[in-house]
Amino acid sequence: METLINFLPSIIIIVIMFGVTLLIALYSTYGERKVAAFLQDRIGPNRAGPWGLLQPFADGVKMFTKEEIIPASANKFLFILGPSIAMICCLMTGVVLPWGGELTLFGRTFYLQAVDLSIGILYVFAVVSVSVYGIMIGGWASNNKWSLMGAIRGSSQIISYELSMGLSIVALVLMTGTLSFREIVNQQHGGILHWNFLMQPLSFLIFLICAFAECNRSPFDLPECETELVGGFHTEYSSMKLGFYLFSEYINMFISSAVISALFFGGFNFPGMDWLLETTHSQNIVTLVGVGAYFLKIFFFIFFFMWVRWTIPRFRYDQLMNLGWKSLIPLALFNLAAMAVIEMVKHQHLFGF
Amino acid sequence: MVVASKNPVHSVLYLILTFFTVAGHYLLLNAQFLALVHIVVYAGAIMVLFLFVIMLLNLNVDKEPVNTNLVKFAGAIAGGSLMLVLIAVLSKTNIMMPAHPANTQIGLIKNLGKVLYTEYNLPFEIASILFLVAMIGAVILAKKNPHTT
Repeated sequence: METLINFLPSIIIIVIMFGVTLLIALYSTYGERKVAAFLQDRIGPNRAGPWGLLQPFADGVKMFTKEEIIPASANKFLFILGPSIAMICCLMTGVVLPWGGELTLFGRTFYLQAVDLSIGILYVFAVVSVSVYGIMIGGWASNNKWSLMGAIRGSSQIISYELSMGLSIVALVLMTGTLSFREIVNQQHGGILHWNFLMQPLSFLIFLICAFAECNRSPFDLPECETELVGGFHTEYSSMKLGFYLFSEYINMFISSAVISALFFGGFNFPGMDWLLETTHSQNIVTLVGVGAYFLKIFFFIFFFMWVRWTIPRFRYDQLMNLGWKSLIPLALFNLAAMAVIEMVKHQHLFGF
Repeated sequence: MVVASKNPVHSVLYLILTFFTVAGHYLLLNAQFLALVHIVVYAGAIMVLFLFVIMLLNLNVDKEPVNTNLVKFAGAIAGGSLMLVLIAVLSKTNIMMPAHPANTQIGLIKNLGKVLYTEYNLPFEIASILFLVAMIGAVILAKKNPHTT
């Protein structure tokens, strides 16, 4: 019973986060269309509900009720497995993210985080590296040339950018000295000047670019380049299985925004945190405001993703690979080496002087 | 299942599943770092490349080279001798739990890093040099030879 009570906060947070993640992903589709409309001087969806707010639900109903077609020559089991892996993997990442600080309820103090793994960042990387299989299996199982091409493009893009992403994070880990998300966020406590994006601008830039590539978002959305590949790896998919692929893209966007804001933008820290704690003397209020601040940062980055998508045209494939291997990785390596030297100097007090 | 599948892509997928089960064993041994690195490196990187090659080659059942009986025979002998060695080793070791279990926290990243960089520093560095040599070798192999063209 005692273990159950200990696990209860984690379980509740997981369930809440599950719902919130899905809801945000749902409304990201709406937001995407509204942002696109705004940038192109259109109105955007405005028929279902006030300001078209019910549009995502209408889309969901449409997706679910459409006829599901599995091509005769496709491998049925793997065909279904593909979107499932994509969905599971992107939902799994949210577990290690710190959503807020301490909260005291019913005489118990707990953190707004499902699991505080000592190797949280590594966990995210593991899940991301596994999510490649969703695209690959889906593309291969459709038994279609274009799908296979899309899948191979997508996965080669993801594994190439994973490298520079990892290297940029290693530099950050060198500075913070921990792999746990909570520790990293706590170290950024105390005003904007302590946020990591000012300490590690190069890391942040590389990570941001790689996050775009990992989510298959424009300008790196080559796996679904219509003019060359019909529809990309999900050409043969229809109904909710297609919905899963599209949905996992939006969840990925949400999760990477969350990771970026946690690692580089202080997570749930916000300016004036200590002042609020002194004036209200309540950790709970500070925590709740922190959660709000965290979500504001996340929304800003989701908006940023959309902004970039409708501003920058798509890369060519060789440009993409050149950028990944010939500029980002050397840059990340340089950043890592520089950070190692700086850390060494810092810890040895200028070589013992 | 890895060996028995007719389709090479299925074999690779079963192999990935095997890696996940191995990672699960690491987790049960309280070695989180090892488990996750195992997933990142093997399942996430190496097997993706395997899958690439196999998908691009697009091997079909009818195109697959027919294994002669000789090959099967050789395979059986090789596998059998490996099993013999394994059984011999396992029968020699006495399966007994140590009275004082080793430090169970050793698999956590902090302790692992400390041990790796102090006690086992030399083997660690040698392994890294080995990796560097392998990497340079791969680059040289992949580079076109200017004299041949």
